[in-house]
Amino acid sequence: MNDVSRATAGGPARDAPAIAQGRTAGQRTPLIDGVEKVTGRARYTADLPTGETLVGRILRSPIAHGVIRRIDAAAARSIPGVRAVITGEDFAAPYGVIPIARNEWPLARGKVRHRGEPVAAVAAIDEASVEAALAAIVLDIEPLPAYFSAAAARAANAVQLHENKPGNIEREVDQAFGDVDAGFAAADLVRERTFHYAEVAHGQIELNAAVATYEPERDRLTTHSVTQVPYYLHLTLARCLGMDSSQIRVVKPFVGGGFGHRVEPLNFELVTAALARAAGGTVKTELSREDGFLTHRGRPETDIRLKLGMKKSGAITAVDCEIVQRGGAYGGYGLVTILYAGALLHALYKVPAVRYRGYRVYTNTPPCGAMRGHGAVDARHAFESLLDIMAGELGLDPFAARRANLIVPPYRTLNDLQVNSYGIPDCLDWVERASGWKTRRGKLPRGRGLGLACSHYVSGSAKPVHWSGEPHAVINLKLDFDGGITILTGAADIGQGSSTLLAQVVAEVLSVPLARIRVIAADSALTPKDNGSYSSRVSFMVGNAAIRAAQEMKRVLVTAAAKRLEVHPEDIEWNGDHCRVAGTDRTLDFAGAVDAALVDTGTLTVKGSWSTPPETQGGKFRGAAVGSTAGFSYAAQVVEVVVDEDTGAVAVERVWVAHDCGFAINPLAVEGQVQGAVWMGMGQALSEETQYHEGLPLRPNMLDYRVPTIVESPPIEVKLVESRDPLGPFGAKEASEGALHSFAPALANAICDAIGIRLTDLPASPDRVLEAIQARKRRERLRASIGVSAQPDPERH
Amino acid sequence: MTKRLLALTVNGRMREDAVAANLLLLDYLRGTAGLTGTKQGCDGGECGACTVLIDGQPRLACITLAAACEGRVVETIESLAIEGRMSRLQQAFHEKLGTQCGFCTPGMIMAAEALLRRNPRPTDADIREALSGNLCRCTGYVKIIESVHAAAGG
Repeated sequence: MNDVSRATAGGPARDAPAIAQGRTAGQRTPLIDGVEKVTGRARYTADLPTGETLVGRILRSPIAHGVIRRIDAAAARSIPGVRAVITGEDFAAPYGVIPIARNEWPLARGKVRHRGEPVAAVAAIDEASVEAALAAIVLDIEPLPAYFSAAAARAANAVQLHENKPGNIEREVDQAFGDVDAGFAAADLVRERTFHYAEVAHGQIELNAAVATYEPERDRLTTHSVTQVPYYLHLTLARCLGMDSSQIRVVKPFVGGGFGHRVEPLNFELVTAALARAAGGTVKTELSREDGFLTHRGRPETDIRLKLGMKKSGAITAVDCEIVQRGGAYGGYGLVTILYAGALLHALYKVPAVRYRGYRVYTNTPPCGAMRGHGAVDARHAFESLLDIMAGELGLDPFAARRANLIVPPYRTLNDLQVNSYGIPDCLDWVERASGWKTRRGKLPRGRGLGLACSHYVSGSAKPVHWSGEPHAVINLKLDFDGGITILTGAADIGQGSSTLLAQVVAEVLSVPLARIRVIAADSALTPKDNGSYSSRVSFMVGNAAIRAAQEMKRVLVTAAAKRLEVHPEDIEWNGDHCRVAGTDRTLDFAGAVDAALVDTGTLTVKGSWSTPPETQGGKFRGAAVGSTAGFSYAAQVVEVVVDEDTGAVAVERVWVAHDCGFAINPLAVEGQVQGAVWMGMGQALSEETQYHEGLPLRPNMLDYRVPTIVESPPIEVKLVESRDPLGPFGAKEASEGALHSFAPALANAICDAIGIRLTDLPASPDRVLEAIQARKRRERLRASIGVSAQPDPERH
Repeated sequence: MTKRLLALTVNGRMREDAVAANLLLLDYLRGTAGLTGTKQGCDGGECGACTVLIDGQPRLACITLAAACEGRVVETIESLAIEGRMSRLQQAFHEKLGTQCGFCTPGMIMAAEALLRRNPRPTDADIREALSGNLCRCTGYVKIIESVHAAAGG
């Protein structure tokens, strides 16, 4: 695990990379806030004690697309117990996480663009009053034609959802790298397929909630919320409420998962704050599960047309891809999603020529956003599926087809992404061995199959959303008379274990036990700004900042100890609990070193910061920032399935996944993240899909939106591959997303291996699988009737 | 809504509270009794996050009326740690990472507690059946199964 001889050399190293000695970094470490979670003491937003509190509630549009003629709240305001009724007119500005796409109001203004869009909100003393007030608000909305598919919204005469977006195209991407035509001309085999993917949702178990307190005497606002991005929420509160940001405090309590639902400021958080201001007190808004599906921000319904050229060796010669995403009613992260789909489509492999066209389309459905594996999951399924189809036609083993296209780092992809470490070869070797691929594949009984796929993901977006010139991450450390070290971080632990990781990193550098460390996280009054928990950025970026902060604290302590012991700092051997003058038996314990360091200065506070090196920030073409990262994670997985050809039911029996996380700072947590990512990929691949009727969600609950239960969830065997990235903290890279992408294609490839049917439409729910089986039977009957039964089934591959 | 007096035992303590006839046990526990360890993750009977024990049986507090618990014994996640010592299940979920975000954890542990009381050495299949009504979105359930086995001493 901590074999330092594996440290990767080369790459654009600036400082010598920190190497973990394995005292705490590299150790399987239970979460530092795990005790609170298992005892019920953890306070999530809805659990916070709030004193005298008003109930906040949102009124939603029953119309999918329409012009707001009037919102009459007079009767609602006159109901006893009602303290505030607000509409879109109570906000100073629209919002949107991407600065160039701020087109959403916390409460609709002018138009409504999807069913369930918030239009008004009430704060009242109790549930009964708030319900009565909502019922008393009169909405006068003149309906407009509404579009529930990307195709309908793109039709020639479609009414525009947004004035500045003709054709309802939010973002069109047209990128070409290398000579694509020459690439296809040089291929031995060219194949094209189309794929369709259902929209999926995050389904984090904690319901959305926010608590806001406004102090009229001071014009101050404090908001507690379920956010993954307290800093973006802070900025957006100031913007939408027209307040000075210094008057706002944002606190993230325990958060019950996010998976991307909460990586942008959400309407209910802004509405709760506005209600608190209007009412001059504290308002708590708790949303329902159905509300969560209306707020959505999940992975869009997607259509992909993909064409690949391949040599007989399996080497890819060209890629041509078109992707259309049904983005929903507002921008959110949409333009980033459609760019990610293209950026990460091919950068996993060495590919000489790529053409990518993407269309992000506005529709009258809840806005989509960033969901775990942002933008790249569906594209990965298409790519890895077609790779298998073509390998089959060329008589190549799926492993051979991948191995024919591997990168050797350091490497710059066609689209200017920097690869400094690349663990795919080791990942492939391990899953091939562990799954018994060579001895089992092709010899399994009908209905049982094995499938392979690879994937990758960013360790944080190398370019931040706001190009403010600030570092990507800042950590403050405090050390005082008591000898306790407090990490102050804005990083939002949402269950992934980031606070634990930071404690391990600081303890490792300072050689102190974990027990000496406390973490105070995500309170804007106390902690340094952090961009938030998204794009798997925290381990890499904040981890690096934590190393630097701890190194600085160590320097201060060593210097003070040297002064106390009357030697030069370089003569000090630092061992955490004690330090020693090299070659002597003169020592100073940790408390002594702290005492020495406090002389003349008092409380120690040090800072560490980190930014992505410029060469990792992508190229110069439009949209080049998306996909750029200081370190890619990599994964390969083999999935074993059993398909019941009578019912179409697909059972996942087992998964072997190898994930290149660079270096596992907390192997226990990394395993858990990888298992969770694979499993979330399984949900999308097998059963999860939203569904609408005229824009009305038909599955806005956890029974009809089918996430896998423990019964259908398989053993997931994890191998951590440690490629030691030269820029990662102790060589670490992300571990929470990269293994998600390869599940769905591995499943599709396994189903094809089991029953010879290629599914291009996800999820692989029993109805779809059965329909594909029956379609094959119809084709076989047709062929038999016209006497061409000797021909192979063209869908066989 | 008229209220009536409800007498029951919560976490070993006799309580008498005036409750409305339509008050859900979940809201009684979280609001009246201040026991916020029991979570709400859905709109009623979908996710299992609110699982508590009523007379030793796992039940969903979000679809149980408080009034239906008259004279009964209710146990929540807060009851498991005794004198500052976590229960075996709590210890195992902590050490084996059976919890990530932690939101499903109280319900998951209470459902597992009911299982271990009636079946101290459950198989994988027993665990899957007993926890089939409890959704977790973080772990993929692998480490939850490991945690229950570890608590059972296996």
